[in-house]
Amino acid sequence: MDNLTYYIQQLLTGLTVGGQYALIAIGYTMVYGILRLINFAHGDIFMAAGFFMVYMSATMPLYVSLPLTLLLTVILGVAVERIAYKPLRQAPRMSIMISAIGVSYLLQNFATYYTGGLPRPYPKIPLIGDVIVIGNVTTSWITILTPILTLALVIGLVMLIKYTKVGMAMRAVSRDFETAQLMGIKINNVISMTFVIGSFLAAVASVLFFSKYPTVTPTIGAMPGLKAFVAAVFGGIGSVPGAVVGAFVIGICENIIKAMGYTTFSDAFTFVLLILVLIFKPTGLFGEKSTEKV
Amino acid sequence: MKKFLALVMTLAMVLAIGAGCGGGGDTQQGGTQTGDKVVKVGIFEPASGENGAGGKQEVLGIRYANSLQPTVNIGGEEYTVELVEVDNQSDTTKAVTAAQSLASSGVSVVLGSYGSGVSIAAGDTFKTAQIPAIGISCTNPQVTQGNEYYFRVCFLDPFQGTVMANFAKDEMKADTAFVITQLGDDYSSGLGAYFKQAFTDLGGTVLEAQFQTGETDFNAILTNALNSDADVIFAPSSIQTAPLLIQQARQMGITMPILAGDTWENESIINNAGQYATDVYLSTFFDENDTSNPAAADFVTGFKAWLNADPQNLTNNGDSDGVAAVSALGFDAYNVALAALEAAGSTAGPDIQAALPGVTYDNGVTGSISFNENGDANKDMAYIKTINVETGAFDFLKTQSIAD
Amino acid sequence: MMKTQTKSIIAAVLILLLLAAIWGLEQVLPASSIVFTVLRKGAIYSLIAVSLNLLNGFTGLFSLGQAGFMLVGAYTYAILTIPAEMRDSVYMYYDGGIIDFALPVPVALLLAGVVAGLFGFLIGLPVLRLKSDYLAIATLGFAEIIRALVQFDGFGPVTNGSNVLRSFPVFHSTLFPFIVSGLCIAVICLLINSSYGRAFKAIRDDEVAAEAMGINLFKHKEMALVTSAFFAGIGGALLAMFQMMVQARAFTSAMTYEILLIVVIGGIGSVTGSIIASFLFIACSEWWLRFLDAPMVIGGFSVPFLRPGFRMVVFSVIIMFVVLFYRKGIMGDREFSIERIYQFFRRRFGKTGKEAETHE
Repeated sequence: MDNLTYYIQQLLTGLTVGGQYALIAIGYTMVYGILRLINFAHGDIFMAAGFFMVYMSATMPLYVSLPLTLLLTVILGVAVERIAYKPLRQAPRMSIMISAIGVSYLLQNFATYYTGGLPRPYPKIPLIGDVIVIGNVTTSWITILTPILTLALVIGLVMLIKYTKVGMAMRAVSRDFETAQLMGIKINNVISMTFVIGSFLAAVASVLFFSKYPTVTPTIGAMPGLKAFVAAVFGGIGSVPGAVVGAFVIGICENIIKAMGYTTFSDAFTFVLLILVLIFKPTGLFGEKSTEKV
Repeated sequence: MKKFLALVMTLAMVLAIGAGCGGGGDTQQGGTQTGDKVVKVGIFEPASGENGAGGKQEVLGIRYANSLQPTVNIGGEEYTVELVEVDNQSDTTKAVTAAQSLASSGVSVVLGSYGSGVSIAAGDTFKTAQIPAIGISCTNPQVTQGNEYYFRVCFLDPFQGTVMANFAKDEMKADTAFVITQLGDDYSSGLGAYFKQAFTDLGGTVLEAQFQTGETDFNAILTNALNSDADVIFAPSSIQTAPLLIQQARQMGITMPILAGDTWENESIINNAGQYATDVYLSTFFDENDTSNPAAADFVTGFKAWLNADPQNLTNNGDSDGVAAVSALGFDAYNVALAALEAAGSTAGPDIQAALPGVTYDNGVTGSISFNENGDANKDMAYIKTINVETGAFDFLKTQSIAD
Repeated sequence: MMKTQTKSIIAAVLILLLLAAIWGLEQVLPASSIVFTVLRKGAIYSLIAVSLNLLNGFTGLFSLGQAGFMLVGAYTYAILTIPAEMRDSVYMYYDGGIIDFALPVPVALLLAGVVAGLFGFLIGLPVLRLKSDYLAIATLGFAEIIRALVQFDGFGPVTNGSNVLRSFPVFHSTLFPFIVSGLCIAVICLLINSSYGRAFKAIRDDEVAAEAMGINLFKHKEMALVTSAFFAGIGGALLAMFQMMVQARAFTSAMTYEILLIVVIGGIGSVTGSIIASFLFIACSEWWLRFLDAPMVIGGFSVPFLRPGFRMVVFSVIIMFVVLFYRKGIMGDREFSIERIYQFFRRRFGKTGKEAETHE
């Protein structure tokens, strides 16, 4: 194996990981942009999507179970918002964050209970797990598919935010919550829509992630969730393209660190990056300068 | 008045605590209340977490043994054995809590665990509570080292590491091995270290890589392995890690054999890794097709029938009626515990601990069992198996022991 | 109203009674009884919860770094107290490590706090400029960085890498964690009631106003963080002693969340609330709710849902209820005091005409 092939192989892995983080990170960044809430339960929504697929596909064919998984995840995401976040809209930010932590705790414990705590094998989706050889590089379809699909979805999302009415409403709400309300925007619908999009993308991410790493456990969402959040902060929270760039940067760097043999620091690196960004450029790469509300 | 109140309150609190303490812990199991006298045997195994699937198989062996031998004669009286199960969740910190709850439920002797890390973590708890523990498939030397209350019925990692190093060198004709271990897991790092030592002694070269607990992505490590001149991968790790590692290696085009230790003998690995599980070799404690030992043949027939009689048992065994080595070891450990109880003539922990070194159990399914001065079983044979992708089972390859 | 002197006497008597009661229990019950598990762990968690409450509840700094400080404390204690003759077996992958002395327990406990406090100080320098959720996520990040550093192979000769540390001296009497935690909490209470404590509360209530009043924001925040880290470090050391072993991978953010939930259940800004919640939390999770995990058959009818894991589900649902509908927690920001009980009973039993009027 020559050097070039080696680097390409490592880069491909990094891109795949980055793509998975990106899809999760969008959910974080959009929710934060609108509610100013770090949705700690988002990683667990991603985990739940994995389990939905595991249990659905046990009894149903793929063309039923896959859409159903996406739908159930979206329902779960919106339900979490309605039940755990909406009643606290007027409460201090700390309360709503604690509520998010509580939801995360609940989802993990419920998953542990329901599955008996054993790792579950993820169903195989035909074709995308197959091995493909390009030149000297051997890899699987999923590795190539993930970054491409991620970019396609992100472009779609950016269009949605830029050119549709819903998107305009979202931008308005994220700019100024109260004024937007006064202007007649139905805040609750916009927020629900945010959670629909976030959860949908988390579900897509879970399909891509678990097709590559086909073992679902109750706590699997925690780390990817945190890293995706860091990606969102790095890119400038509230900014969708920023989150995507951040996610790819983290995915690739993490892989380089692992390849160099410093496995222990692959997670820590993410957080070092987070703290550096927070200290030197709290608005992130693409974040808008926001006025600090006191 | 005030002082009186304070006193009443304190007393009430103490009473409330005192009154409740009868109800803790022993809610498990009802079942076989035939005799008046009951001796409690604790089962300290993972039922969840990364090694949960293995723990369940071990418990199956114990339960089967209990169904055959539900009573024990201690000091001339017939005692009914009550199994008290706790889940150590394959987690070192949870293991301590689980061990404490076993201690508080008043067990006389403990069986377990699958996985060395949890056994090492809970070792001091058992020692302090003066409850002897019989390890079933925890192979790291540290489990029994410096702990006179821990015994075990399986072979040790220095032996297993040497066996696999010999196998890699002689059978696989490997000169360079790529060793992948899990950080902070005593089983994995220990076995990896012993393999490395034995393999370098044989004149081989070892390259190393580590991954963190809970890691799912091994591509970076495996790319390094692919880019090196390694002939074989040695990856002792948990049941949860195995299929991820195997699949990613094969998808990346790595064709070299993958070797591992006893934890990999679990059906769930074959189920999860599917068609990718080619060229996987592992060492373990027992083989169901080895008919040289009559006790083993009886056990295999009986255990299969028992498994098939209850769908719940089959599920716990990974939807298969294959006999895992750890089930056989669990079976033996239970019988050793009964022999120790008989020899001690008492249900008190220190008495059993004093009796255990003198116990010799000849009818062992996995061979005769007696303990050396460390409390380790004198065992010198390992079974090497490989995964058969077509049948989805483990095929027996050869037995291996080391001469010196 | 009672005199301060009377109150102190009653408090002292109560504390002595409590310690005597524990001593009595130890004589009566077997040492492995679950009661002691609950009492010990409850006492340790009380200290950790109160230390987190000092930050979140009294100073208004939403920190999620407690697990990191506990980790530092636990490791400092363990590394410094493992007897020299045991080091070869504990540090078996690192040739016995590079430390070949062992400090006495009280010194090591104190150092556990000091080192954790030092970490708190260093972390405070950059992160205390951040606000609310950014501060939370930055402290959480630091906790993860600490965990990675401790697990780093290069530090193995000191920290034993990511392997278990064990064989260090532990306590055998439940009185030990009670006395240590009690002393620490008393110090925290003194701090809260001092002029510094009032400054903390002023910062919590309104940062700008506090600054305008001449309170040095950074200095006070740093002080709260260092104090909190110090006591979390001691709490971590106690936890290590309780578990008889310590391993870095257990100190994840999930551990911080658990402590945060305890603080919330007890009431953010109430010391006694945190203590009560700690004991409740531990008693429920280790003891009272255990039956939910065991399948139960009543008269041939198998009770549905009961199987391993159900306890934690019930538990998290209860927590969500508290978070959503009972946001003040058990105590709100009030304290459970002798004064209050006295007033309560006086209203109930010793009522005079005047008090009966105030009692609506």
